[in-house]
Amino acid sequence: MASTRTTGAPTKITQGSGTKGGIGESTLRPDGTLKVTGEFAYSSDMWHEDMLWGQTLRSTVAHAEIVSIDTSEALAQPGVYAVLTYDDLPAATKKYGLELQDTPVLAHGKVRHHGEPVALVAADHPETARRAAAKIRIEYRELPLVTDEASATAADAVLVHEGRDDEYIKHVPHPNIVHRQPIVRGDAAEAAKRADVVVRGEYTFGMQDQAFLGPESGLAVPAEDGGVDLYVATQWLHSDLEQIAPVLGLPEEKVRMTLSGVGGAFGGREDISMQIHACLLALRTGKPVKIVYNRFESFFGHVHRHPAKLTYEHGATKDGKLTHMKCRIVLDGGAYASASPAVVGNASSLSVGPYVIDDVDIEAVALYTNNPPCGAMRGFGAVQACFAYEAQMDKLAARLGMDPVEFRQLNAMEQGTLLPTGQVVDSPAPVAEILRRVKARPLPPERQWESSEGADVRQLPGGLSNTTHGEGVVRGVGYAVGIKNVGFSEGFDDYSTAKVRMEVINGEPVATVHTAMAEVGQGGVTVHAQIARTELGVTQVTIHPADTQVGSAGSSSASRQTYVTGGAVKNSCELVREQVLELGRRKFGTYHPAWATAELLLEGGKVVTDGGEVLGDLVDVLQGESVEVEAEWRHRPTEPFDLRTGQGNGHVQYSFAAHRAVVEVDTELGLVKVIELAVAQDVGKALNPLSVLGQIQGGTTQGLGVAVMEEIIVDPETAKVKNPSFTDYLIPTILDTPTIPVDVLELADEHAPYGLRGIGEAPTLSSTPAVLAAIRDATGLELNRTPVRPEHLTGTV
Amino acid sequence: MRVNFTVNGRPQEADDVWEGESLLYVLRERMGLPGSKNACEQGECGSCTVRLDGVPVCSCLVAAGQVEGREVTTVEGLADYAEHREQAHPGGGCASGACGVPLQDAQRWQAKGTDSGTGEGGRLSPVQEAFIDAGAVQCGFCTPGLLIAADEMLERNPQPTDADIREALSGNLCRCTGYEKILDAVRLAAARQDRRGLQEGAV
Repeated sequence: MASTRTTGAPTKITQGSGTKGGIGESTLRPDGTLKVTGEFAYSSDMWHEDMLWGQTLRSTVAHAEIVSIDTSEALAQPGVYAVLTYDDLPAATKKYGLELQDTPVLAHGKVRHHGEPVALVAADHPETARRAAAKIRIEYRELPLVTDEASATAADAVLVHEGRDDEYIKHVPHPNIVHRQPIVRGDAAEAAKRADVVVRGEYTFGMQDQAFLGPESGLAVPAEDGGVDLYVATQWLHSDLEQIAPVLGLPEEKVRMTLSGVGGAFGGREDISMQIHACLLALRTGKPVKIVYNRFESFFGHVHRHPAKLTYEHGATKDGKLTHMKCRIVLDGGAYASASPAVVGNASSLSVGPYVIDDVDIEAVALYTNNPPCGAMRGFGAVQACFAYEAQMDKLAARLGMDPVEFRQLNAMEQGTLLPTGQVVDSPAPVAEILRRVKARPLPPERQWESSEGADVRQLPGGLSNTTHGEGVVRGVGYAVGIKNVGFSEGFDDYSTAKVRMEVINGEPVATVHTAMAEVGQGGVTVHAQIARTELGVTQVTIHPADTQVGSAGSSSASRQTYVTGGAVKNSCELVREQVLELGRRKFGTYHPAWATAELLLEGGKVVTDGGEVLGDLVDVLQGESVEVEAEWRHRPTEPFDLRTGQGNGHVQYSFAAHRAVVEVDTELGLVKVIELAVAQDVGKALNPLSVLGQIQGGTTQGLGVAVMEEIIVDPETAKVKNPSFTDYLIPTILDTPTIPVDVLELADEHAPYGLRGIGEAPTLSSTPAVLAAIRDATGLELNRTPVRPEHLTGTV
Repeated sequence: MRVNFTVNGRPQEADDVWEGESLLYVLRERMGLPGSKNACEQGECGSCTVRLDGVPVCSCLVAAGQVEGREVTTVEGLADYAEHREQAHPGGGCASGACGVPLQDAQRWQAKGTDSGTGEGGRLSPVQEAFIDAGAVQCGFCTPGLLIAADEMLERNPQPTDADIREALSGNLCRCTGYEKILDAVRLAAARQDRRGLQEGAV
């Protein structure tokens, strides 16, 4: 048993058989009872004696100079404690950002997008704060807008950010381009000559919102030492901290962050929202300040998924082998950079999909525009590409007269495939197999709406609107598969920290796991307890609340937490185990020779040999002592992509899912009902099978949403958001969501803890193109944009 | 203004309520009952669902003043509410038409406190148990509203078809689960309720 080992070395599963509730079991959530009784404290549930409510005033125009701000009337309102603008910011640092520090805490001189924060109010009632904010007078002088590639990169385009000095400006062709990543391998032009068929397509991907249900919220409590305690829902406490402390003018140790209950995230909490604003108001008023966005504000309070324009060309030979691929992906990053550079890296490096193509010419860029800022959302750049390349695969198969699944299987990557970045896929890549599995599944019966009592409209497109009893309804079936990277890429130091303690409490050995991992619903807390049970042989595991009193756990994004923070928990447990065994050897080693010679395990509260002989009880070994280890853990390092060629071992691990969609379309009204969305996915090792299904089904449903309903509509004339509500921005209900049968493969990745594979995002990729393919199959339409709306299906657009 | 109403069996009084305040706000901010959730505050997501005189409503769309003198059940009181119903109608359900808890009984029951640190010490209703067991809870923000809606449906319709469940829960948005595990949970609660009813009937 290795107590320390090189980062990323193959792990040996030495524990787990003898302790209940370990990895591989569907143990139940430790927070489940609190969540079903209403006792779980979400960030919007925080309350403090004497607390004030904060309110943000946001710009009503997309791009304008701020001529004047008059806060006097707002300040004069009874119950108002503070009104803050840019001039009130306490520190020299006035901007923040995930990758580029380009985002003002409060607008200075100009606003760059609709809904940009301009002023803050604190008052004793949320309605008082809202009404006071409405009394702040701001005079805007509107500026010309840039809203797409043509307007943003025109020679005389107004610059969204003047005087850029970030690391990306040196290699971008225009200051309104955040980042550009080409990937060139082989000779696409030469290879195109071998193609018997060539297909081209231009695809449009709409702006999707994470639409987590728990709104941005938190409570900032001023402390006696001049610092602040912040209780907040986020995806990454330490990243927040690095951005918050400088603009408050405080050292990081004076900003103490604790994770409150998080009502979903999906990328939308990777950026700062209300954190800094609440702290500013608390420090100014000397009172605790709570900020809770309503849904309207939430649509402006976080970044969205990048809308994209994608142009693809693929060629293939008569016998169905891909010859080459050329593509250009233009992502609209909106007014601030957020995660745009990393999204560009993902979009370009995964633009080829899970296919073997030796000759490629790829370019991805992200724009600065006056549209809403875009950044992280589940799937992160890979989603948009998958929508386009999967449409291309269907077009190629149709041109060749081949079955779309067989065509994909013929070109599917596998372990050992060389990617366009020059990276070798060095763990299982069962692309052909997961396609085979979804295809082999029996199709749901036809005309399920028919019953002895006539049509059950609930089973039909249009549902209870009673728009059809089957007339004009056509079925379609479509397939798609995708590739997503796991973990942070391109040379990022993507580590996690775990503190694990073992001691005897009330006569029982107990492990305590303390990390800063943001539990956003995914079930990381469940898995951490399972890992501790497996590694330490205990039943009782306490999960300490996540805070900044322990080292960073990185972000709850990029499908990485079970891999990286799970890996850190495993590693720290192993180090604790080694110390516990050492303690045992000191106390009892003389009583039994196996203490010195055998490979020892902790199982069922005991120290046992690998032969199963019990050497002692953990209670006796630990009596009067506790063992604690805090350690960082890293996966294998990655490399940046070369800025000209895109070459480099940029990613840690890859994740694959395939979908088969079955839809029924009312072709007269353009209404779609998805009947079934079958999934097959390789998860490496299912640490908690029930949670794995939840991730796959949830991710699939978000992909369904952007296929047929979800889109933030931005007016191209004004760059204003037109539908910031759940009335107008629709997410799937239980009636819109079909049965989602899941086929889970467990092909171990020897480089990852327990062989696991990050799973959270892959199902979001292939779900959308599978639904689109099924609708194309039903209607015969080309459908080059998503989401599909009724007017796209009825020929009225 | 002052508003008097009964929450989870206890008479409550809220003072200084502004006329524009919703029932949701009064529950969450004035009565220390944040279990009903504030996901959209515009009646679209169902996460604030409570029962008002037995009828499921979005508490964000009910003005606090409208609740004067009425009965409200929130997720915090669901376990006690369900237990009381079970005692009144063993086996749950009321296909006979004798639905729910008689008003007289409803006015006599009270929600009991649980340990807010661990949730231990509290009993759970069958629907609450089923949501945990089936993996229907992820972030949990939609859960309180879904529990109230699902419990109310099972009271009316103890043996729902999948189409019935989907119809009854179509006003409750969930962003994490894809609804499959929620369907599983409601099916499980219905099956357990059915089994209990059979056992009661056999006695």
